[in-house]
Amino acid sequence: MDYRLDCGGPALSLVSNTGRRAGWVRDSLPWLAPLFFLGLFFFYPLAHILWIGLAPAALKDLAPAAFSLVGRTLLFTFYQAALSTLLTLALGLPAAFLFARYDFHGKGWLRALTAIPFMLPTVVVAAGFSAFLGPRGWLNLGLMDLFRLQVPPIVFVGTFGAILLAHVFYNTTIVIRLVGNALAHLDPHLEQAARSLGADDRRVLDRVTLPLLRPSILAASLLVFIFDFTSFGVILLLGGPAFSTLEVEIYKQAVQFFNLPLAGLLSLIQLLCTLAFSVIYSRVVIGTTVTTLPRSADSNLHKVRRPGEKVFAGAMIVLLLVTFLLPLVSLPVRSLTHLEADRGQRGAVQYGLTTDYYAELFVNRNDSVFYVPPFRAVGNSLGYAAATVLLSLLLGFPAASALARPGRLDRLIDPVLMLPLGASAVTLGLGFIVSFNRPPLALVASPALVPLAHTLIALPFVIRSLQPALASIPDRLRQAAASLGASPRRVWQTVDWPIVARATLSAAVFAFTISLGEFGATSLVVRPEYPTLPIAIARFLSQPGGMNYGQAMAMATILMLVCGVGIAVIERLRLPGAGEF
Amino acid sequence: MLEISELYKSYEHQPLLKGISFSVGPGETVCLLGASGSGKSTLLRIVAGLETPEAGRLCWDGEDLAPVPAYRRGFGLVFQDYALFPHLNVFENVAFGLKMQNLPSGTIKLRVTNALEQVNLSGFEGRDVTDLSGGEQQRVALARALAPRPRLLMFDEPLGALDRNLRERLIDELRRILHTSRIPAIYVTHDQEEAFSLADRVLLLHEGQIVRDGTPAEVWREPGSAWAANFLETGNIFEGVLRPDGVVESPWGALRLPCRHPHKPGDRVSLLLRPAGARVLSAEKADGRKAEDEANSLVGRVADVVFRQDRFKVTLTNGLYFYLAEAPQPGAEIHLEIPPSAIQCLA
Repeated sequence: MDYRLDCGGPALSLVSNTGRRAGWVRDSLPWLAPLFFLGLFFFYPLAHILWIGLAPAALKDLAPAAFSLVGRTLLFTFYQAALSTLLTLALGLPAAFLFARYDFHGKGWLRALTAIPFMLPTVVVAAGFSAFLGPRGWLNLGLMDLFRLQVPPIVFVGTFGAILLAHVFYNTTIVIRLVGNALAHLDPHLEQAARSLGADDRRVLDRVTLPLLRPSILAASLLVFIFDFTSFGVILLLGGPAFSTLEVEIYKQAVQFFNLPLAGLLSLIQLLCTLAFSVIYSRVVIGTTVTTLPRSADSNLHKVRRPGEKVFAGAMIVLLLVTFLLPLVSLPVRSLTHLEADRGQRGAVQYGLTTDYYAELFVNRNDSVFYVPPFRAVGNSLGYAAATVLLSLLLGFPAASALARPGRLDRLIDPVLMLPLGASAVTLGLGFIVSFNRPPLALVASPALVPLAHTLIALPFVIRSLQPALASIPDRLRQAAASLGASPRRVWQTVDWPIVARATLSAAVFAFTISLGEFGATSLVVRPEYPTLPIAIARFLSQPGGMNYGQAMAMATILMLVCGVGIAVIERLRLPGAGEF
Repeated sequence: MLEISELYKSYEHQPLLKGISFSVGPGETVCLLGASGSGKSTLLRIVAGLETPEAGRLCWDGEDLAPVPAYRRGFGLVFQDYALFPHLNVFENVAFGLKMQNLPSGTIKLRVTNALEQVNLSGFEGRDVTDLSGGEQQRVALARALAPRPRLLMFDEPLGALDRNLRERLIDELRRILHTSRIPAIYVTHDQEEAFSLADRVLLLHEGQIVRDGTPAEVWREPGSAWAANFLETGNIFEGVLRPDGVVESPWGALRLPCRHPHKPGDRVSLLLRPAGARVLSAEKADGRKAEDEANSLVGRVADVVFRQDRFKVTLTNGLYFYLAEAPQPGAEIHLEIPPSAIQCLA
C-alpha cells in the first residue's frame, strides 16, 4: 500500500505568495467531499462500534465465557495467520527466485497465473477449491465412482488444511512480487563483486543476497500476515463452523447471535491489531526503499542450464501449476459437468457435459432459496458495481489530484484516506448496521448500504490508481504546452487527459472488480431480497443437493470470468513504474 | 602470469569475441580500449570466472583456470557502478574479501586500515557507503579489491561515472597505487586518455579482435588500421591513389609518402594526415612553391576556428582539420605546407 510520491511541492509554492489564507481554503476544497464521506461512513460507524464495545454496561453483561471466547479466537487468529504466512513464504520465496533469475518459456503466463487469485473474490476461490477437492469436487466424485466408495475419500472442506492452502493460494503472489522485484532489481555486480572477493554460492546468498532482500521479505511477510489475519470468506466458506477467526466471530456474533456488544469488542480488538500491523508495515516499507537500487530487471536473468537448475525450475513450475491452475480450472469445468454419484436427485444420474446449471439460474423454482431467479443476483451485482464506480471516482478524483501535488495539509490527510484499507470488511459492515438502523439514516432497510460499503473499500485503491498518473505529469510539461500556445483547456486536453484517461479506466475497473467480489461487508449489510453474486454463491454452496451445488459453480464461474477480464484490463493499463500494493 | 589464448564468446547468437589472445606480465597494467559493445566487459567477466568462454584457454602461471570458480581465482574486480554492498559500512565492505579468507580479526583490521590509507580514506571506516560521494565510493571499491591482495586486479570502466576533474585525479592515484603495489591489472575503458595515462600496454579491441597491441606511444604513433586511427582521433583519414613518383593523389591534394611503404603504383592507399605541424604559407610564397613541387601543400577555405588552449583547431570547408598557432579568418583561403612526418600510411 505504499506508493512513493516523487512530485515535490514547488508547484504549490508558486501559487500562493499573495493570500496564504485563500490558498488554504482552495487547497482544502477538494478534500471536503471525500472527507465528509469518510467521516459519515467510516469514522462515525467505527466510533459507534467503539462505543458499543467499550460501554461499561455492555462489558458488565458479557459473561466470563465471552472473554474466554475472545481469547481463544484471538489466539487462533494469530496462529492460523502465522502458519499461513510461513507456508506462503515456503512457496513464495523459491517462486520469487525462479521468476527473478530464470528465463523460460511461458514465464509471463505462469507469473500471471500466480497473480490471479489475489484479485479473485473469496467466494470464487472457495468455490474453486470445492470444485477441486470438496465432497462434490471432481476428484472426490471421480474416486468414489472409480472405487465404488460410499463417502468422499478426501476430506478437505472444513479442515484447517483447507484454510492454510487457500491462504497460500491467495497470497503467494505478494511474496513473488515484492521479493521477486527486489531480487530482479538487485545490482548483479554486487553478487559478482562478492564472488571475486572469494565468496562461494552459499556465502554470496548468506552475506549479500539475503541481507539485501531482508526488508522486502519482511514487508511481504507482514503484508501476507495482515491479509491472513483479516481473512473472512476463506475461513467461513472453507473452514466450516469449527474454525473462527476474529473476523468470522464478529460476523457470527452480529448476525447469528445478535450479540452486538461482543461483536463490537471483537471489532475493536481487530481494529487495534490491524492498526498496529499497518504501522509496522509502513516502517518496514521505508526500509525497503533505501536498499534496492534501480536496475534493469533483465540483467539478472539467465536460461536454465545446469542440471541442478533444471530440477529446481521443473519442480517449481509443476508445483505452481498444480497449486494455481487446478483450483482455477476445476471451477469452470465442474460447472459444465454432471458428476453426480449421490442419490435423491431429480431424474436419472447423468455423466458428461451439461449446461443445466447455467439454464437453472434463469428459472425461479418454488423450492428455490430465493424468491427471484438467481440470475437476478448478477443484475444486482452489476448495479451495485456501477454505483460503486461512479461514487468512488467522484470522490477519488479530487482527492487524488490534490494528493498528486502534496502540501503540508495533504500529507496529513493521505494516511487518513488510506485508513479504510486497514479496517476489516466485516467491521465496516457491522459499523454500518449499528449506525444506520434508525432515522435520519435508516439505510439498513435500503439496498443503498451495499454500494456505500463497497465505495469505502474501493476508494483507497481508486485514489492510489489515479494519483501516480496525476503526479507523473510534471508541471514543466504543462508549462511547455502553454508556452507553445495551448490554452488551459487545450493543455488539459492534450497533456493531462491522455495520461489520466488510462488511470481513470484502471481505477474504474478496480472499483468495479472490488464491488463485484466483495463478501465480508456485504454479508452483513445486504438485503436478502437483493443478493449479490458472492452472497448467492455462498448460499448455494451451503445448500444440499447437486443442483444447488452446480448453480454455485455456474455463478462462481461467471464471477471469475468477469473479474478475470477486469484483472486483465487493469494489468494492461498499469502505468509503468506505478507501485505495487 | 595471465595468458589468454584464442578466446571465443557469442552473445545472443552474435559472435562477440573472436579469438582473443594476450598476456599480462608481472606488475604490468594492460588497458583494453574499445568502443562500447566491443565485448571488453564480457572479456573481463570471463577472466574473472563470472562467465565461461565458448572456446579458448585461460592460464595463470601455466595453470588452466577453467576449473577454478570465480571465488577461488583471487582476481579483484572494480565496477563502474562501484557495486558496494549497501547493507555494510565502509569497514565491512573493505573487510569482505578478508573475511572470506577467514583471517583473524586483528589482521583484518590492520589490512582494512592499510587499504583505506592507500586510497586516502583513513578514518572512513564507520561511514555508510550510501553517504559517500561518487569518488569516495570508487575509492572504497578500490580498497575493497586491494585488501585481499589479489593476484590480478581488473577494472571495468571504473571512472566512467565521475566528472572530468575527479577522473584525472583518480587516474593519477590509481597509477601510483598500481605501480607501488606491483599488482598486474587489466583496465577496460572506452576513453583513450584514461588508457594512455594508465597503461603499460594498450590493446585495441575491435569487432571481437585485438587489432593493435603496444605501449601507449607506439599505439598512438602507429595506429595501424584506419579504424584504429579514427577511433583514437589521431587525425584526418582519407584514401588516395599512389602515383609512380611516390605521390598520393587524393581529393584534397597531392601528398608525398614518407620513404617506406608496401604499396605499388596504382594502389588505393589509406592515409592518416596528422593535424599538428602544418604551416600556413603566405600567398606569394605559396605561388612560388607551386611551381617547383605541388606535393605536400594544400589549399582550403576556413570553415570554422575553435580555440583550444595553446592552439586553434581550424576546420576547412573540405572537412580536413589542423591545429594552427594563429587563427585565420573564417572564410579565408589558406595555403598549408604539410611536413612529411605528418603523413602516414594505414593498413
